[in-house]
Amino acid sequence: MGNFSRPTCLDDALRNMENGSWRILAGGTDFYPAQGDRPITENLLDLTAIPELRGISQLDDGWRFGGLTTWSDVIKASLPLAFDGLKAAAREVGSIQIQNSGTIAGNICNASPAADGMPPLLSLSAEVELVSPSGTRRMPLDDFVTGVRSTSCRPDELVRAVHIPAVSTGSRSAFLKLGARRYLVISIAMAAVLIDSNDQGKITRARIAVGSCSPVAQRLIGLEQRLLGESAASGLSELVTGGDISVLNPINDVRASASYRLSAAEELVRRALEEAVRPGVEAS
Amino acid sequence: MNGGIELSFSLNGEPQNVMAPPAERLTKLLRERLGKTGTKVGCDAGDCGACTVLVDGDPVCACMMASAQVNGRTVTTIEGLAANGSLSKLQQSMLHHGAAQCGICTPGMIVSAAALLEKTSTPNEDEIMDALGGVLCRCTGYRKIIRAVMDAPEFAEAPQRSNSGAAVGARLNRVDGDAKVKGTELFAADAGFANSLLIRAIRSPYHRAGFRFGDLKSYVSAHPGVECVLTAEDIPGRNLFGVIPPFADQPVFAEQETRFRGEAVAAVVGDTEAIEALDLSNFPVEWEELPHTLLPSDALEETAPQLHENRPGNQMTSGLVRCGDQEAGFRQSAATVKGRFSTGYIEHAYIEPEAGAARRVGNRVEIKVCTQAPYMNRDDIAAILGIAPEQVRIMPTAVGGGFGSKLDLSTHPFLAIAAWKLDRAVRMVYTRPESMASTTKRHPSEITAKIAATQDGKLCAMEFEGIFNTGAYASWGPTVANRVPVHASGPYHIPNYSARSLGVHSNGPVSGAFRGFGVPQSAIAQESLFDELADALAVDRLEFRINNALENGIPTVTGQVFDQGCGAKKCLETLRGRWQSARTNAATFNANSKNTGRRRGVGLSGLWYGCGNTSLPNPSTIRVGLRDNGTLVLFSGAVDIGQGANTVIAQICADAVGLPVEAMVFVNDDTDLTPDAGKTSASRQTFISGKAAFLAGENLREKLLRFANVSNEARLALDGTSLTASEGDATHRIDLASLAIDNEGFVALGEGTFDPPTSPLDENGQGNPYAAFGYGAQMVELEVDEALGTVKLLKLTAVHDVGRAINPTLIEGQIEGGSAQGIGLALMEEFIPGRSENLHDYLIPTIGDVPPIESIILEEPDAFGPYGAKGLGEHVLVATAPAILNAIRDATGATIRNLPATPDKVRSAIVAVQTQQVSDEAG
Repeated sequence: MGNFSRPTCLDDALRNMENGSWRILAGGTDFYPAQGDRPITENLLDLTAIPELRGISQLDDGWRFGGLTTWSDVIKASLPLAFDGLKAAAREVGSIQIQNSGTIAGNICNASPAADGMPPLLSLSAEVELVSPSGTRRMPLDDFVTGVRSTSCRPDELVRAVHIPAVSTGSRSAFLKLGARRYLVISIAMAAVLIDSNDQGKITRARIAVGSCSPVAQRLIGLEQRLLGESAASGLSELVTGGDISVLNPINDVRASASYRLSAAEELVRRALEEAVRPGVEAS
Repeated sequence: MNGGIELSFSLNGEPQNVMAPPAERLTKLLRERLGKTGTKVGCDAGDCGACTVLVDGDPVCACMMASAQVNGRTVTTIEGLAANGSLSKLQQSMLHHGAAQCGICTPGMIVSAAALLEKTSTPNEDEIMDALGGVLCRCTGYRKIIRAVMDAPEFAEAPQRSNSGAAVGARLNRVDGDAKVKGTELFAADAGFANSLLIRAIRSPYHRAGFRFGDLKSYVSAHPGVECVLTAEDIPGRNLFGVIPPFADQPVFAEQETRFRGEAVAAVVGDTEAIEALDLSNFPVEWEELPHTLLPSDALEETAPQLHENRPGNQMTSGLVRCGDQEAGFRQSAATVKGRFSTGYIEHAYIEPEAGAARRVGNRVEIKVCTQAPYMNRDDIAAILGIAPEQVRIMPTAVGGGFGSKLDLSTHPFLAIAAWKLDRAVRMVYTRPESMASTTKRHPSEITAKIAATQDGKLCAMEFEGIFNTGAYASWGPTVANRVPVHASGPYHIPNYSARSLGVHSNGPVSGAFRGFGVPQSAIAQESLFDELADALAVDRLEFRINNALENGIPTVTGQVFDQGCGAKKCLETLRGRWQSARTNAATFNANSKNTGRRRGVGLSGLWYGCGNTSLPNPSTIRVGLRDNGTLVLFSGAVDIGQGANTVIAQICADAVGLPVEAMVFVNDDTDLTPDAGKTSASRQTFISGKAAFLAGENLREKLLRFANVSNEARLALDGTSLTASEGDATHRIDLASLAIDNEGFVALGEGTFDPPTSPLDENGQGNPYAAFGYGAQMVELEVDEALGTVKLLKLTAVHDVGRAINPTLIEGQIEGGSAQGIGLALMEEFIPGRSENLHDYLIPTIGDVPPIESIILEEPDAFGPYGAKGLGEHVLVATAPAILNAIRDATGATIRNLPATPDKVRSAIVAVQTQQVSDEAG
């Protein structure tokens, strides 16, 4: 029989964490399915009553997504075009029910290879802000998720926010998810891209990440570098080669074979690139 | 948890204060502490959406929300949507459109749709799909739900009424529909007896294992509140059951060895809280994993572990149908095609996991349970308890989907043994993984077929061999083995034919009945090869089928000749215009260079399916009586598992009596109260129980006419407690209160029994296995994304000869729902034992996966059926998967013979075609 605590401010939550070990509860969309019919024996720290942990705000140096921000919050927020990929991913999270409960911090802390939020957050160069009774620290999302179901989060820490560095108004993004059915589906492969271009239409920054094709969603750094200086225009996808994808390390499972995942990932990357550079994209 | 905390929130507009453990799932708080059982539990994992409630107006899965999280907030459940008990427009629209079948997903659907309609007063189809994409439905195929939500804002239609003698053919609302759309219907997990103990089973984690219990007595005494542990030793009668008595082979609790993963070895019984607090992984049992087989190819090896002593070589049973001279037939051929096809385990995936309750009453036991076969269950339970069948009362609850699996015993024996032994009320509710691991599946199949036709496009020979993996126990395996050879020809004339089937045991899950008893699997092979054969002969694929289709006077492969009622050819002919224009549209699309990478295709399949048991008696009895207060009471034990038997049987019976359905009250499904109407399977309830209802109605009508001394031409009507009979200008009025009543309170009682005429099959499978077949043809239009191998269905056109559409709305519901299961079979479903025991790894179609469906109802009346009606439930599913596979091949040239056609398989089949083309060009 564990304890249950539902503090209403972060300080109380942190004070709690100084005593004993606590399992964090947020949207519950991973916790309860994993629990099955086993009795709950751990101490649970429910963060959902802490207002400062939820919500999206623009700071001087970028954007702050409180850890308890739900996917529905992301969909509803008014954000620059650079976040279109993240919004598209939010809409692909399970179902409306799950989007209404599931949180951005929960998605990254659960560290599933198929976490829908990971590819777009990686493409946005997200950083994770962790807080513990002993202080706060920030690290790139790439370093935060270390493997399947494994993160750098210490037992005394919780994810306070996810930070996105400032995006330019010219940033364009896209996200594509492939599954075997329309809704409520764990992806076979996902691709997210973010493209910045200069006045001449040349690419100045490219961020491309693929999910469900490696233990942790992974950026295609070689391709990102090769796209620099290229025209952000239709036909961009022709620069993608099989070699760009070979850095991925997909598995065979019930959803698809590894070789299919590679070919699908390559195709999704091509399509996401074309979508991101398609003219006339309006803010959503 | 440290006991409960006090929670204050608004529930359906009323303030609520309740003590509850803070981390307890909200579903439990609502259902068990607050009695709001309209919120259903289908998976406890957010995969099905049946538990959707609104928190501050937003839909969430209550199964994944901590109770503490609703503190201070507003919660709306299905119970809050029918204001003052009257149906909302949305609920009325759902009822009108037949958008609720079994009703288990209906609360989640309605709650989700209500949230959408709050925000968007006139939602379009995409918005509806996005809003309802998180709620799974296994019955309806979703199309009627979409329609119902679209029509909801302006819905103002009064329900259709069945004027005397005009119920058949009318689109009446389901007679049991109000409770389904209100969420007040009681399913097995909602119904129970007061102060029940809870039961949970201990199940094998291995495909095959030896096991040894630890000290069970100490275990019980170490866990206060746990009353006992039940094992094989506690079974008063025989530790054996099975749906086909000569093949009964399944123990309630395994002894010494388990034969499949999920097989029970013991059960714990005790106070709810004590049982729920148990971590069953600590139960004192030691397992020893043993060598196992999961595939027939392995199970047939000489060295394979043997599952049942009396079935050497793991061969359960076989089937054969043979006619003509095969060798001579193949010698006539101008073209011959052949292929190997395989399908995996398919899970029924009804949204209601098995559940039930039981109590002992003196020397009897009463069991409330979700079932498709109350009388068969009664007899099996009696044998397990070692008592007479009459000492067992089965009281079926509403069934939240069955599709064949709920014919077999699930919770029943555990409930019966515990209630009997402890003399306490008990209940049991399967978890989703438990349901998926332990209950039956569709038989995996490995089929080899060879089919030939002559130069003039006439089928001349077919050879078919099907191996069906029946898993650890027989269940309905023998039925599959019998049915498949009869049906493997499809609804076509094949003069020289041989079809063999073999049921093989393995350590996989028990394969049982699932909508079609093996016929959907065999149709995939036959209909796929038909396209290849038509192509080899360079004839149109539809005309090839029409040219060979059965019609009156043409013998089936069992030598049965129907002189009436065969609509096979007409169904195919009905598609002609649509087929041609669909082909043209696809060709136009494919020729447009803008559509490079996307290929459209059109696919066809015919189907037939025999209604009722194969060459075996299967009678139904229905009763209907008139009380002196003017109520007409219909006694029907034909279990409605969502398909609409309650309504169809009422419509048939009402017209036979000549009184309206609205005058009826219903006594349904109780082995103490309703006569045996057989099981809900084999698409037999409309055809057989419907005929019994017709005969019962006629029987009652005769008696009523006699009261007024009028002829059968007279029109009957009820007016309060008077019965009027009008003939010509004369109207006779009979005061019912003045008539004598029998000891059940009836002034007149009608009873009807029907057992369809069939004959046994001889050693070559020749004979008349069914009194009637139903027929159909389906056409699928789809688009394939060649680079990804994904398939987008554009439209399904389904023609079904139902003899007579008793209720067209329910017919369309069966067509759409069965087709959706066919879509799953074709594109996404495969149960992998130990791997996909949940609804996120085992995928069934969501609302976004079912295209618009055009249902075309053909009525070629059958002489035996009530008002000409035939069965339909299983038929639908038979044609959908082959039509999809044929459309994929039409679009891309890719042949998929190992189902499901998931994107990776479609993609590799496309690559194979492209590689072949390259090498052909090079060569």
